Amino acid sequence: MTSLRRPMGAALPRALVALFALAGTPALGAKAPALVDAAGTYRIASSSTVRFSVGQVGGSGGIAGSFTKFSGTFRIDGDDIGESSVEFTLYPESVNSTEGRIEDFLRSSAVFDAVNYRTVTFRSTAVSQTGPDTATIEGTLTVRGKSRKERFAVALTDWNRRSISFTIRGSVRRSPYGMTVGTPIYSNVVEFNMNIRGQKR
Amino acid sequence: MLRNSKDRFGTVTIVLHWTIAVLILGLLLTGLVMRRTEIDPALQFSLYQWHKSFGFIALGLAALQALRWLVERSPAPPPTLGPMEQMASRAAHLSLIALALLVPLAGWAVASASTLAIPSFFFNLIVIPHLPLPRSETSEAFFALAHATLAYATLALVAVHAAAAIYHHFLGRDEVLVRMLRSGSAPRPDSTISAPEKDDTLVERKRR
Repeated sequence: MTSLRRPMGAALPRALVALFALAGTPALGAKAPALVDAAGTYRIASSSTVRFSVGQVGGSGGIAGSFTKFSGTFRIDGDDIGESSVEFTLYPESVNSTEGRIEDFLRSSAVFDAVNYRTVTFRSTAVSQTGPDTATIEGTLTVRGKSRKERFAVALTDWNRRSISFTIRGSVRRSPYGMTVGTPIYSNVVEFNMNIRGQKR
Repeated sequence: MLRNSKDRFGTVTIVLHWTIAVLILGLLLTGLVMRRTEIDPALQFSLYQWHKSFGFIALGLAALQALRWLVERSPAPPPTLGPMEQMASRAAHLSLIALALLVPLAGWAVASASTLAIPSFFFNLIVIPHLPLPRSETSEAFFALAHATLAYATLALVAVHAAAAIYHHFLGRDEVLVRMLRSGSAPRPDSTISAPEKDDTLVERKRR
């Protein structure tokens, strides 16, 4: 996979076309083999990273961490990107931060309540392309038993025949999920920054 | 009436004394509760923040009281007090003033040295900067121990201080407690019996 770290050269545009080109566009029809390659169902690889940060009053600092245990699948519809979908589950007990006290607090009933709510899930409801290599995913996020519509911005970073990588960013307000603790010292908005790698099934 | 006189506490001293007393007792109580491990973690977080905000108020008022103690005259001890009692009460009052400053300062140091680096957001109004201290586990543990030890010492001294006041009021039947309750010079009805005696001592003291 290390060979994928190449500059935005010739290979990437081909991947972009493969992902997001609308089927039937004559000019892009020539790339048909790539399109066929990118379409499919992917399993989210454990080498993906799911990072989050919460700002604090006064600017600098805040809470930052990541989740190490998660799973999911997504399907890229080669004919219509809008028909693509994703299902994602993460396990808040796997939270990692700068120190144990913060991790314990995040797992506790004050935040994720990981004993009673073992998973956080996201199920897409709509995918829309926003640029040649970007898209927006809308879906239902379920945290602590509460489900709400959230939106994430997706950007393609890498692609080959066997795997595909995206960065996914999104801002989630935590108060609707019953996670108001620490506000207003700590922001109500949690910034997510994920590098999701899909392994083709 | 507002300022201290030669044998009376002024209203400012009295109000500050009791405000600081209530704050210290409240802070000792929240300090004890929030350190319990079985407490709800969200409540614990809130208690810590309230404790910090009220702690800063206590520090500010204690600093004000200490400054006033330096510049304002202190009323003479009631004449009923013996030399040993005078020495003991002076030592206790000095220690209480010192602790009222040191305990919140040590608390501020805990927040400043803590690796958690939680901002001190004074009543969610303004951020009070951390003290310039090294941020490490050992530094945090040191100041936490100092803060707790000094707080327990304060609790012990407050108990002695209150016991002495109650002793003087009910057994000594003197003005010690009453003059910290009101600034007026109205003597206690039951203390009028020994009034002439008191006046004598006062006169004697003045002559010295």
